[in-house]
Amino acid sequence: MSTTETLLHGLSDKGQPALIGYFPAGYPTVQESVEACVAMCESGIDILELGVPYSDPVMDGLVIQVATEKALANGFKLSMFFDLVKQITSRVSTPVLVMSYWNPILQYGVERFARDLKAAGGAGLITPDLIPDEAADWLAYSDELGLDRVFMATPSSSQKRLDEVARLSRGFIYAVSTMGITGAREDLDAKARGVVSGVRNTKTEVPVCVGIGISTADQVSEVNSYADGAIVGSVFIKAYRDGGIEELRKTVKQLKGGI
Amino acid sequence: MTENTSLRDQDGPYFGEYGGRFVPESLIAALDQLEETYAQAKADPTFALELDELNKSYVGRPSIITEVPKFAALAGDVRVFLKREDLNHTGSHKINNVIGQALLAKRMGKKRIIAETGAGQHGVASATAAALFGLECVVYMGEVDTVRQALNVARMKLLGAEVVAVTTGSRTLKDAINEALRDWVANVDDTHYLLGTVAGPHPFPTIVRDFHSVIGKEARQQMLDDYGFLPDVVTACVGGGSNAIGLFHAFLDDQEVALWGFEAAGDGMETMRHAATLSKGRVGVLHGAKSYMLQDEDGQTIESHSISAGLDYPGVGPEHSWLKDLNRAQYFGISDGEAMQALKALSQTEGIIPAIETAHALAGVIKYGNTLPAGSSILLNLSGRGDKDMETVGKYFGFLA
Repeated sequence: MSTTETLLHGLSDKGQPALIGYFPAGYPTVQESVEACVAMCESGIDILELGVPYSDPVMDGLVIQVATEKALANGFKLSMFFDLVKQITSRVSTPVLVMSYWNPILQYGVERFARDLKAAGGAGLITPDLIPDEAADWLAYSDELGLDRVFMATPSSSQKRLDEVARLSRGFIYAVSTMGITGAREDLDAKARGVVSGVRNTKTEVPVCVGIGISTADQVSEVNSYADGAIVGSVFIKAYRDGGIEELRKTVKQLKGGI
Repeated sequence: MTENTSLRDQDGPYFGEYGGRFVPESLIAALDQLEETYAQAKADPTFALELDELNKSYVGRPSIITEVPKFAALAGDVRVFLKREDLNHTGSHKINNVIGQALLAKRMGKKRIIAETGAGQHGVASATAAALFGLECVVYMGEVDTVRQALNVARMKLLGAEVVAVTTGSRTLKDAINEALRDWVANVDDTHYLLGTVAGPHPFPTIVRDFHSVIGKEARQQMLDDYGFLPDVVTACVGGGSNAIGLFHAFLDDQEVALWGFEAAGDGMETMRHAATLSKGRVGVLHGAKSYMLQDEDGQTIESHSISAGLDYPGVGPEHSWLKDLNRAQYFGISDGEAMQALKALSQTEGIIPAIETAHALAGVIKYGNTLPAGSSILLNLSGRGDKDMETVGKYFGFLA
């Protein structure tokens, strides 16, 4: 079983919920993003979702778009990425899952990306625009290296597709809370419960975490009442953007405090 | 070539290694629904009848063929025939696909359509179909393009569409597609994404091609009926590639017919400022499909550059990538300057003002026509008229301040 799964199951067994925090690599600069990520881990997130900036992020709302554009404008390159991962994994024990659109990985080379990620201490990949149907190479290399691979389950996914997603995911399954892109929403969609129960119906042992639109401690708490973790992104970027590392730490603690 | 190896039988999801569905899981159900609806429509004779009737009485099909001897003289000892898609309602080939997809949207019970647009031609066509069928319509357009195609923005608004200026990324067509995809992810239940070119995830490249394939079917028959021969070369401009594939498709199995696609070389093929995706790009994944694209070594999309908003796109449809690799079609670059001179040439020799997009294919004929044996014939898709480009053209030639 993957370290990520062991961690999430352990928290569940103890009745403790989980918080997964997203931050983009290279935002606003490579070194500042390392410090921000380490601060998030130290402040209480259970898993770090480390984003690879990409020119055409179709799953992301404006907050993340602007942040990743800035990272690219400030010179982020994939050649710096694995050293960045290593800096984080050498300072904290929090599992680091990389969230990347597919083309950067395809251009770097799927096998090479997988091996370099493993060597840097990364736990695996979250792939927002790679569905299991197109993932043959990645399935093979992640199996060989024991890396997590997180696929998405959505309100529109058929039970047949949920079965495939559950069968092929490792680490956790990313349940998309609502039909939409990343960014804070006031009312967390009731559809999230439906997606989670659809995934549970597959009898999978893989944990299910809910993301998209989660921004408050209450939402984190609510999600954790029926899922294995809550995934939060845009709010952390806003906190860092507006108040630096101190505000980021405070926001992580606030969201953890709701737990 | 035997029937079961016909190049015309490729219906996706893959064209060789190209195509597929590199999209968020949230869109898979909608793509499946579209694929299923299209399969049912194809099997339903009433769908074909309805489409044929609209093509005839609304679009103005079949479009005519015009031979242009004075223009042809600029290209050497050749004959040049234009397939006049510029004479379609709304002024370009784009309406063919829009009418077809709007009928599919109706079949799926979707009340709202969204579209991306570069030059504004697809946006205008979409807004037109929305008005005709009583659908709500939102068009995403890069902010840069809303300025250089301001007249088309006004046309879309007049037709009742909402035009959203996209201010992220490079603020051009690729970013308009990103924004349309984001809208679709959020509103997929009641919204159809009326994609305007042969790119995007399966089944879009196949559906859009099929609705445009009427261009080539008509033209091939018209050449045989009216002139008694097939052309030696069939040619079109290529941005995403919809007008080109629409004309090429009927000729794919005519191995004696050469297929030439002309991409926008912008400031020139040797510069970094171009949109020559097939000639200068590498294989990658953009907007849901694997295909050639302009990208840096990290897979970040590189902004394209062209005087023509409709060709200013760093990707291309997967079927073109496949045809390139098979060497069934050849693709060349045409610079801004070459295109503008060809636009002026057709206007002044034949009294036909083409769109700047189309002018790239005209320039290609002037540039490469003299490599053909004497007496060769060329069929060119005159994909759009130039009215929308008058501000750009007027400034370029100094007719306007």
